[in-house]
Amino acid sequence: MTRILKFVEALREGAADLMEADKTVFLIGLGVPGPTGIFGSTTGLAERFGADRVLEMPASENGMTGMILGASVVGMRPIMVHMRMDFAVLAMEPLVNQAAKWHYMYGGKMKAPITVRMIIGRGWGQGPQHSQSLQAWFAHVPGLKVVMPTTAYDAKGMLISAVEDDAPVIIVEHRWLYGATGEVPAGLYRVPLDKAVVRRTGSDVTIAATSYMTLEALNAAELLAEIGISAEVIDLRCLTPIDTETLFASVRKTGRLVTADTGHTSFGVAAEVTARVAEGAFCALKAAPRMMGLPQIPTPTSPALADLYYPVARDIAVQVLEMMGSDRQLPPAAPDKRKWKDVPDMTYTGPY
Amino acid sequence: MNATVKLAGSNARPNAETRLAMFREMLRIRTVEERISQLYPEQEIRCPTHLCIGQEAPPVGVSAHLRPDDMVFSAHRSHGHYLAKGADLKAMMAELYGKVTGCALGKGGSQHLVDLEAGFMGSAPILASTISVGVGATWGRRRLGKECVTAIYFGDGATEEGTYYEALNFAQVEKLPVIFVCENNLYSVHATMAVRQPSNRTLTDFARGNGVYALSGDGNDVEDVWRLAGEAVERARNGGGPAFLELFTYRHREHVGPNPDLDLNYRSVEEFESWVKRDPVITYRARLEAEGALPAYDQVYAGINAEVDEAVRFAKESPFPPPEMLTQHIYPEPRR
Repeated sequence: MTRILKFVEALREGAADLMEADKTVFLIGLGVPGPTGIFGSTTGLAERFGADRVLEMPASENGMTGMILGASVVGMRPIMVHMRMDFAVLAMEPLVNQAAKWHYMYGGKMKAPITVRMIIGRGWGQGPQHSQSLQAWFAHVPGLKVVMPTTAYDAKGMLISAVEDDAPVIIVEHRWLYGATGEVPAGLYRVPLDKAVVRRTGSDVTIAATSYMTLEALNAAELLAEIGISAEVIDLRCLTPIDTETLFASVRKTGRLVTADTGHTSFGVAAEVTARVAEGAFCALKAAPRMMGLPQIPTPTSPALADLYYPVARDIAVQVLEMMGSDRQLPPAAPDKRKWKDVPDMTYTGPY
Repeated sequence: MNATVKLAGSNARPNAETRLAMFREMLRIRTVEERISQLYPEQEIRCPTHLCIGQEAPPVGVSAHLRPDDMVFSAHRSHGHYLAKGADLKAMMAELYGKVTGCALGKGGSQHLVDLEAGFMGSAPILASTISVGVGATWGRRRLGKECVTAIYFGDGATEEGTYYEALNFAQVEKLPVIFVCENNLYSVHATMAVRQPSNRTLTDFARGNGVYALSGDGNDVEDVWRLAGEAVERARNGGGPAFLELFTYRHREHVGPNPDLDLNYRSVEEFESWVKRDPVITYRARLEAEGALPAYDQVYAGINAEVDEAVRFAKESPFPPPEMLTQHIYPEPRR
């Protein structure tokens, strides 16, 4: 029987199934056992598994990341959660210098099977320090694995794969995906940590997207379809490595590439994907690739400025038309009930 | 080298066997470090190497109370901590030479020693980084039902990094059996304590202010270290929680590398000489000889020297890692 769950419910169920199956798995983070349970993704787990497996922690992101690394090298399998990725910046040292390198620099004798969930966001005035998408920082470091699930199915399957993997894995979760629903099997199942997936097939342009931007890309593909342009949408999902096989196959078919990432384009995932295609599938390109992401500007808080800051589906579609040299007109924008675009839909209300 | 422990501050002394064993281990560490300093100019040891000449007493006095399955974590000046815990000398020497027979297959060097069988869990040069890792490993062992005592060594400089405080705090919250061993050698690279820390509190005060049981003592007197560590380890093993030891000691050589460094003028000749007079190995030898407890020094030294000869020969004759090893161990092999 098909079960439809929200992304957030899939995360919670994945953690519960993992803790049920393996006594060494534990959850830790600021607010993890708390009343709001990391936007609902850990709600009820402390009651079910106990306070010694679903742990609150001192606000010591640096030291406690070292702590979970230490626990992992003696055989535990920690899942740490940062309600905002911005707080993980305090933990860069143990992640970048230590966890990423313990297997290599000790000649394979040490393993650091930690999983760190980091939530990114957009809108509702989360501004410069509560919404950053710094996935490129982590993907830059050899030894870390970085994944960005988009669907509820992947959220659970990738969490399970991450915790079972002996490498340190960073899971980047977009807050605006938490309410997204999809089919989620019961029990343990795995989604690979190194494969992209084609979410929509097309022939004129490849839109390679991450996380929430995959939804914007799918909406852009809808808009383009209305005027006879066929876009293929790839959900990159995994950054280490980027699945160039899937990417190149698509670009060789369409001849065009637009990347859409939740982070800054400069030195970011969009730039990396573009470079890979330029290097590996240059001859297939009919036009210069385009990159959609955040400009090199700190995130503004005011909704008036944030609306200018974040690219949306229509912006992606415009890029496609430009690169195709097309004079077709996009269909008029559907009426939007939202006063500001700082919420994904009308069901979102503050505070958050 | 376990021995009956009396309370710190008492005049308890290790038994004769332990005294001799501690002297031998200090001399062994000294001999290894001296040998490295002689070999270093050959340019075959090609990695940053922080010698612990002058600082042999803390690891020896602490390790005398540790069991094989107790854990040790260390930072950059780690050779003494590694050797005193019973880790493999040949594998350490080969590691310094970047050889595949090294304890980390040559991928770590002097700053990343490891010997899991001996309970030496790793060392890393970002001053305080391994402190939180050691605390977490201790926590993990407790959760796994394999509780042990963990000694984490670091210098005075490490106490200025925030993660030190964070780890100290968590260890006390959880009452973990961790011994925080601070070797206060007065300098962080070349910077004195006066420019780094306030004069109206000590590192011992700081630990105590964070609720951690804290003791300080003479880090050049191996028996003083043995007394303090004995109390701390026994207390931790019996559920008393973490302890902090501030052991005053002194680095004879440059911060990194094999040479003397008085020419840099960051420390005075008078200060240097006052500490050299209290050299932990030489003073303990004199004490034991005066007590008639060291009957055959030459024989002890000859045995150590032969072991070091063999380790160096092993390191030099071992092969380098093959090219394919460059891409091995980036990620662990898949489990399923």
